[in-house]
Amino acid sequence: MNILYDERLDGELPDIDKADVLADLQQAAPGLTLLHREEDLRPFECDGLSAYRVLPMLVALPETLEQVETLMKRCCALGVPVVTRGAGTGLSGGALPLEKGVLLVMSRFNRILDVDPDARIARLQPGVRNLAISEAAAPYGLYYAPDPSSQIACSIGGNVAENAGGVHCLKYGLTVHNVMKVEVITIEGERMTLGSEALDAPGLDLLALFTGSEGMLGVVTEITVKLLPKPETAKVLMASFDDVEKAGRAVGDIIAAGIIPGGLEMMDKLAIRAAEDFVKAGYPVEAEAILLCELDGVEADVDDDCATVRAVLEKAGATGIQQARDEAERATFWAGRKNAFPAVGRMSPDYYCMDGTIPRRELPRVLKGIADFSEEYGLRVANVFHAGDGNMHPLILFDANRPGELEQAEELGGKILELCVEVGGSITGEHGVGREKINQMCAQFNPGELATFHAVKAAFDPERLLNPGKNIPTLARCAEFGAMHVHNNELPHPELPRF
Amino acid sequence: MVEIRPQPTDQDISEALAERVRRATAEGSPLRLVGGDTKAFYGRPVDGEPLSTREHRGITYYDPVELIVSVRSGTPLAELEATLADNGQMLGCEPPHFGADATVGGMVATGLSGPRRPWAGSVRDFVLGTRVINHEGHQQRFGGEVMKNVAGYDLSRLMVGAQGTLGLITEVSLKVLPRPGACHSLRLEMPLADAQTRLAEWGRHPLPITAAAWHAGALHLRLEGGPSSVAATRERLGGDELDADFWTALREQTLDFFSREDTRALWRLSLPHNTPSLALAGVQEADLLHDWAGTQRWLRSDLPADTIREACARAGGHATCLGSREGPGQPDPFMPLEPVVAKYHRNLKAQLDPKGIFNPGRLYAEL
Repeated sequence: MNILYDERLDGELPDIDKADVLADLQQAAPGLTLLHREEDLRPFECDGLSAYRVLPMLVALPETLEQVETLMKRCCALGVPVVTRGAGTGLSGGALPLEKGVLLVMSRFNRILDVDPDARIARLQPGVRNLAISEAAAPYGLYYAPDPSSQIACSIGGNVAENAGGVHCLKYGLTVHNVMKVEVITIEGERMTLGSEALDAPGLDLLALFTGSEGMLGVVTEITVKLLPKPETAKVLMASFDDVEKAGRAVGDIIAAGIIPGGLEMMDKLAIRAAEDFVKAGYPVEAEAILLCELDGVEADVDDDCATVRAVLEKAGATGIQQARDEAERATFWAGRKNAFPAVGRMSPDYYCMDGTIPRRELPRVLKGIADFSEEYGLRVANVFHAGDGNMHPLILFDANRPGELEQAEELGGKILELCVEVGGSITGEHGVGREKINQMCAQFNPGELATFHAVKAAFDPERLLNPGKNIPTLARCAEFGAMHVHNNELPHPELPRF
Repeated sequence: MVEIRPQPTDQDISEALAERVRRATAEGSPLRLVGGDTKAFYGRPVDGEPLSTREHRGITYYDPVELIVSVRSGTPLAELEATLADNGQMLGCEPPHFGADATVGGMVATGLSGPRRPWAGSVRDFVLGTRVINHEGHQQRFGGEVMKNVAGYDLSRLMVGAQGTLGLITEVSLKVLPRPGACHSLRLEMPLADAQTRLAEWGRHPLPITAAAWHAGALHLRLEGGPSSVAATRERLGGDELDADFWTALREQTLDFFSREDTRALWRLSLPHNTPSLALAGVQEADLLHDWAGTQRWLRSDLPADTIREACARAGGHATCLGSREGPGQPDPFMPLEPVVAKYHRNLKAQLDPKGIFNPGRLYAEL
């Protein structure tokens, strides 16, 4: 499966001479850094989905809002597509460049503009790293809650574009729950403010619409986030199980006891062994599954909750339960989980990370399905699971140097995502659709729903110049590639045009 | 999964609703979408044929262990809340009802949240998915019954507070929360300035506060959480015990402050945390009720709309006029949008409702 932009299916892009675009932009924005030589463009040819690479026509590295404004106005006038990129850590190819497009890199906007401890907000430029926000807030006893595993490197602008999550979402929400306001520059070069420093803003909730829109509706140039008081304490319990289904049921039992853990993570045997080999977290390598359950809040409540959770886990058939004795051990327990991806990476030349969500009750069925696919394709799959919120990250192990194995891994991944949709879940919980899951979108949404998405796009970017080809597939793509559900040989919504 | 006891009133009339929408589009005749009609005062009047969702009701999915409920839009809010309470759960956004007939659809369409909002989140924060009838009468589904879902644009949350101007909501999936283990409400007499200082200070610490309102010389607080932390905080703060009904009365606007006898307009000021008192000529302390730790202030005043709105805008907030509730509000209820933002509102409306059949003019004259 090739996911690179295909004009036949994804829509025609204008043929514009690179030299003309470069000359135009240089003249319109004299101070703007523009890269155009192949060796300068090379570092920008992919994001975190590095199996796919495309050299952009040009790379722009603006430092002022005026430069962004001018760039947008000129690209709009010339009809040149613009792909916006932050730190480039995204896993779904959301910032994959276009040969016929400008790559707008926002990394030079990297200043924390303001931290207001009394209002508990921080005002940030989009290139600020996720972790840097919590570091800047720490002296005030505050932090920024969403913590994607790439938080050392990923930037807040990209977090907004993808509606990034992390391991604490069940209790503290996704990016959309923690962003209060964004400043945007539209494709026409207009500036607008969405949201507010107050808890709501008049009009439609365009802030929610923009969050997770993958750079398709506008360019975010400033973000105001909510800061939370650091929990007084956090304690973590690790439980091992001789059966993944038992572990899955234990997750439900914890929630049923009226407890919302700060983090609730599950790993299967392959992931446990990989993590243990890599970071020596003290994981029980003989277990079929482990649960990490973090309880945070006020000391007295956390102690009560730890006792409750311990009793629930025992009843659920845990073969061992350990509570981290101190902060150092807590960090070690988490180190195994947070390094699960690179740990698995050491076991295999390549791995492919999936991001489906499912209703938690379907976990046994989905794990069984993944095991069956794994056997069918002859590729190992390690399972890492944000168990509390139903977000799975199966990691498919493969070797890209073996002919056909990448394609096999992708096909296997596609089947896992379709299974997620089948059980009532979603093809992406936090990594975004980008280019990676563009075909699976056809399984999740029918043509009428996709048409509504295209209508939203048309309201902000009628010429399809912002990140074209990402997030929402054309109906033509779905008709050709997607798993569009055809029943009795009747296409859904036959009235819709297919191009 | 919990066996949901079907109610005799449960029924799915979505196809009839869709048919009505198709007719409206064909005729180009506007619809006034209505649930329990308890929040008609919140917005501009709509000139259209009423289309009621009230017969479209029932809980379609509820699994307390998943913390998710799906419910048809015409379901009475009270019915949903009772089912959740039976299972030790609740709606985190604590929505106001403004009448026994309030529906789930009305809660989502208006997006109004109660006293818990600054700590737990607003209606939109709890919406996971929606089923919507679009302008062509097609039933469409966005989001779903999972906590995390970033596939496609977030149309579910866009519907919250859109007041039915973009489509007819037929069903919503919501995240629900467990009811807190302990609850205690208290009243501390103190001047407004002291309350503001304390709230800013407390906000930086993980205290189990889930409601904070200052009015008439006293700060009213609600503590919720584990029994240990609620007991410890109660000990620390002292004060007089407050009946928990206070929060219901505040949410439902049945406190004396909201009295209909008062003929002055009722304003809702939405302001950033830690905003000092606004300088508004002639406004006395008694004319204000500070909810949401001061980020939602209710004001009784006949000052010109522009004066109130400019003061709020300078502080980074906005103001909504709820009128006297006797008749349609005199000034436009919602604060005018910046020109660029207004342009994209119009574009979006034109794309999603090209014939202008869904609640035209409800939010703004041009939408």
